[in-house]
Amino acid sequence: MPPGERLRAALEVTREGGLPALIPYVTAGFPHLGDTVGVLRAAEEAGCAAAEIGIPFSDPLADGPTIQRAGWQALHNGMTATLAVEQAAAARAAGLTLPLVLMTYINPVLSRGLDRFCAEAAAAGVDGLIVPDLPDDEADDAHAATAAHGLALIPLVAPTTPDERIDRACRRASGFVYCVSVTGTTGARQSIDAEAFELLERVRTHSPLPRAMGFGLARHEHMLALRGRCEAAVVGSALIDAISGQPEDGAGAAAAFLRGMLHAA
Amino acid sequence: MTAVSGRFGPYGGAYVPETVMPALDQLIEAMEEAAADAGFQAQLQTLLHDYAGRPTPMTLAPRLAAACGGAQIWLKREDLLHTGAHKINNALGQVLLAERMGKRRIIAETGAGQHGVATATACARAGLQCTVYMGREDMRRQALNVYRMKLLGTTVVPVDSGAGTLKDATNEAIRDWVSNVRDTHYVIGSSVGPHPYPSLVRSLQRVIGDETRAECLSRLHRLPHSVVACVGGGSNAIGMFAAFLEDREVRLVGVEAAGHGLDSGEHAAPLTRGRPGVLHGSHSYLMQDEHGQVLTAHSISAGLDYPGVGPEHSALRDSGRVGYVCASDEQAVRAFHRLCRLEGIIPALESSHALHAAEQIASELPAGATVVVCLSGRGDKDIGTVRAHDGDNDDAAG
Repeated sequence: MPPGERLRAALEVTREGGLPALIPYVTAGFPHLGDTVGVLRAAEEAGCAAAEIGIPFSDPLADGPTIQRAGWQALHNGMTATLAVEQAAAARAAGLTLPLVLMTYINPVLSRGLDRFCAEAAAAGVDGLIVPDLPDDEADDAHAATAAHGLALIPLVAPTTPDERIDRACRRASGFVYCVSVTGTTGARQSIDAEAFELLERVRTHSPLPRAMGFGLARHEHMLALRGRCEAAVVGSALIDAISGQPEDGAGAAAAFLRGMLHAA
Repeated sequence: MTAVSGRFGPYGGAYVPETVMPALDQLIEAMEEAAADAGFQAQLQTLLHDYAGRPTPMTLAPRLAAACGGAQIWLKREDLLHTGAHKINNALGQVLLAERMGKRRIIAETGAGQHGVATATACARAGLQCTVYMGREDMRRQALNVYRMKLLGTTVVPVDSGAGTLKDATNEAIRDWVSNVRDTHYVIGSSVGPHPYPSLVRSLQRVIGDETRAECLSRLHRLPHSVVACVGGGSNAIGMFAAFLEDREVRLVGVEAAGHGLDSGEHAAPLTRGRPGVLHGSHSYLMQDEHGQVLTAHSISAGLDYPGVGPEHSALRDSGRVGYVCASDEQAVRAFHRLCRLEGIIPALESSHALHAAEQIASELPAGATVVVCLSGRGDKDIGTVRAHDGDNDDAAG
């Protein structure tokens, strides 16, 4: 199977009510070191189409306060890039079939060794990588390493990205295209800006791959607003807020929140 | 060494969120146009001359040299510039570029506060809105500079994440830029960050080295034996070294902060004890743990308290063209006192690291040799720190 094919297929399934597929972002090792697998299983049971496992980093430039705090907690708990990959493997061993994407800043990957990290991620049953501080201009080595191990390297495009950059990034994309909804960092927001919808339309003209919108999405109403506009939606900060409110049952909190994203109250 | 591709050997690059990549392209274009625009260059030269106080003098330090017992020591007096440090060279140039790009809002990070003050100053002069991010710990250490920025009409935003120092302030400044990139220019204060910043900052700081080299030739009729500068992010050093890189006979020495000692783990010496990695948009030597998490740096001098370093320094380290050594907190404070007592000049604690190394080098050279040290800033901002360090002991000066 070509890299990212499982992801692409999972996100292209037509859903009840025309809602986009839901992709939760889960900080590995949050709120407790051993919670990752339980939260991923809860996501699968709640009806999510894929999941992102966030590897915490000391200096997360693209993240707002919520994911920063979750990452610091996870680092404090002892989470590392290697351990996150091991937990992905543990989730697979426990029967998780959801396509999995690792979201990580580039330095922990380079520290492990790009090729070694990709080999370990692929062996763990991971489907792809998202690297928010690796723009297309710097991604040649990462494209080669991910392709060599059958992983998708998912590009991010933003409202500020001009069409020629979108085209360049899409030309070697696999899995899906991550469309950043805001000119800004991650974090739950009230509404979706017009520039987000415009970006989704621009991306459609450059790639046949599923488009996942992320950053700021927090409620079922956001899912409704995205009907017919993109194939998938990523939710991170709002999920972490939900888990933070019930840290002794992170999986239960995640399941309830994600069901609420997918279904009207 | 040029960075047309944004690379210095394997170092450099632009590892930042996609959102700001178009702004980096715009900055590259503006830099290239400005470099070819005689009007812009004349405007910058006038500002540096009439407003900042360039050229800065070179001062012979005979009593310091006598105490070391060796070569002549000359000080390149960046401390005499308006706002008290070399940072103004960069801030004036970048704010001019921002105006050229039509950006009316300026943001900056600051550690010791010198870059923040320089940027606040340049913005006040140009009538631009300015926001400076500063770690909470640095705001405590450099309270006077915080108030100075406020007097200049700048908003200072405290940063509580991490250790509350320069690294954390830089993270927050980049996040602001990601959120406001359309109308905002980010004035990075050192030769760090994504391409084209390391090249831009070097081009604005190389006036230090160009003046030094010209004055050595006109007054001493030869090049110096050694040129010494402190390295945090490395902007005064790269500005100084840039003019001498092709003069193979000139020994170039960068001085990192050894803090409490290299083996204590509490230092700011990525070139000496780090390994390559990515922080704040560029690939360079970095203090990091085995898992690729960035470590907290330590130095008594807030301006050197940074776990990364400019990418060109990494390339110069690997090529061996520049030698990088270290000075501890203790050694820097002793050098601080010596310059006060022997020459009547209160140096910045950052520059005091370079002074320590320059003294060592001078002591090993014959009397006819010349060592130039970049006195990157004045020490008024550090008097509280030195006083606390010495326990307010009047006999502490050595």
